[in-house]
Amino acid sequence: MRNGRLSTMKNIFVRQSVALQEKVKITVGNLNFYYDNFHALKDISLTIPERRVTAFIGPSGCGKSTLLRAFNRMYALYPNQRAEGRIVMDGEDLLSSKIDPSLLRAKIGMVFQKPTPFPMSVYDNIAFGIRLFEKPSRVDMDERVENALRRAALWDEVKDKLYKSGSSLSGGQQQRLCIARAVAVQPEVLLMDEPCSALDPISTAKIEELIHSLKQNYTVVIVTHNMQQAARCSDYTAYMYLGELIEVGATERIFVQPARRETEDYITGRFG
Amino acid sequence: MLDDKKLKIYAGRRRRNALALCLSLAAMGIGVFWLMWILWDVVRLGAGGLSLAVFTEMTPPPMSANGGLANAIMGSASMVLLAILAAAPVGILVGVYLCEYGRRGSFPVIVRFLNDILLSAPSIVIGLFIYALLVKPFKGFSGWAGAAALALIVIPIVVRTTENMLQLVPDSLREAAYALGAPKWKVVLMVSLRAARAGVLTGGLLALARISGETAPLLLTALSNLFWNSNMSEPMASLPVTIFRFAMSPFPSWQRLAWAGIFLLMIAVLLLNVLARTFMRHKS
Repeated sequence: MRNGRLSTMKNIFVRQSVALQEKVKITVGNLNFYYDNFHALKDISLTIPERRVTAFIGPSGCGKSTLLRAFNRMYALYPNQRAEGRIVMDGEDLLSSKIDPSLLRAKIGMVFQKPTPFPMSVYDNIAFGIRLFEKPSRVDMDERVENALRRAALWDEVKDKLYKSGSSLSGGQQQRLCIARAVAVQPEVLLMDEPCSALDPISTAKIEELIHSLKQNYTVVIVTHNMQQAARCSDYTAYMYLGELIEVGATERIFVQPARRETEDYITGRFG
Repeated sequence: MLDDKKLKIYAGRRRRNALALCLSLAAMGIGVFWLMWILWDVVRLGAGGLSLAVFTEMTPPPMSANGGLANAIMGSASMVLLAILAAAPVGILVGVYLCEYGRRGSFPVIVRFLNDILLSAPSIVIGLFIYALLVKPFKGFSGWAGAAALALIVIPIVVRTTENMLQLVPDSLREAAYALGAPKWKVVLMVSLRAARAGVLTGGLLALARISGETAPLLLTALSNLFWNSNMSEPMASLPVTIFRFAMSPFPSWQRLAWAGIFLLMIAVLLLNVLARTFMRHKS
């Protein structure tokens, strides 16, 4: 740390500049997270701008996936996990027990590390999510499914096998199917937990391209181990280490001119 | 290149490997030898006794040259089917409870423990239990009682396989469904159970195979019947009990029919097992 106070001030400045230029979608305030007694997230505060891609980077175990899973309250499925603090989206505290987790998850979609096609046809994989909250006619449903698949750049590859099992697709196609499934329910935010870590470079490139186009309509938050990926496809980057948010700011600035020494060490590969 | 010392260690390892392989092959040989002997005897003595009459004629009186097993086949089929239809849904629901809902607290642990006890309970105990519960109070052996005893054997098997198969479904798949906003019952029904359906079905088929050959519980509940009977409230013939009675008798014609019955039963169980395996293979 070259100058603790200066970098803290820089950080505040950076954080505010994010907030001033962009419309804020989600504000995280003093978020603490526990696995039983393990304190996994320590006093995290940051803002996620609307219709931008925000990347969380950091070494394994730093809490970036934990933070992501707090946004849609995925942790609530497990009795030993709990979050304290606030995550405010459109004026509502998502962590409040007044918010129904199912309705919340319909607004905040998620794509996981490993592709998770449901044991049903390609078509039904996408219709499953839509049918949860809507009852479109057959024609409308066909259109919704096609749109979702087109948006995920998968339509041309699967249009002839819509009624084949979702798990018969290749790994990269399965992951795009999962993205199509997530966007088909028209969420406002899309959470992606290392969506490319199980994929080959070509599939990765396709998905990165996809992320780029998704931000026209969605707020995207992506967790990645791959710094090049964060640099390529995100607008904002947050660097986390040991459960703390070290630095957050415009991706270009984080990579070119990090304010904190720890961030610089990590992105230059001296550590992590 | 490896030096002598390392080569020596490697040679020793190869010898031990060969020895272990010989021992396990011998163990397999001992098992397969008796199994083949049994199968050979069943085919030799049973296949010859098979004729159309076995399926169309009733069990004969002693010393009569003809006769078949029609009433026994019919009785077995109706009691076994009734048992599986009544017990499989119960077993599947309990398995779903244990895997999907009973992840915390001590109640599921108790249920699982009791189920394991029921699973390993001798079938004659179950027969005696149903005898005391359904035969004695109603003053008569009946097909209903037989089906009830078989159902009690099916439930723990289906509970166990359903729970095991659901546990094989990765949590990431459930999370993916929750992440779309699906309620729990939908996740269980449309995702977990669907992903495990081949395994659950296999469990049902294996339970079916198991009860097709059960004798003791039927002896104490459905008894037997020399005549055609489709009334479940009356004593009912079944293949295993008929085989038991005919095989113990001194009459050659009955003994021949017993062998034919054993052969039929073996084929049925074999087919069920093949079917169960095909389902499992289909899944992967």
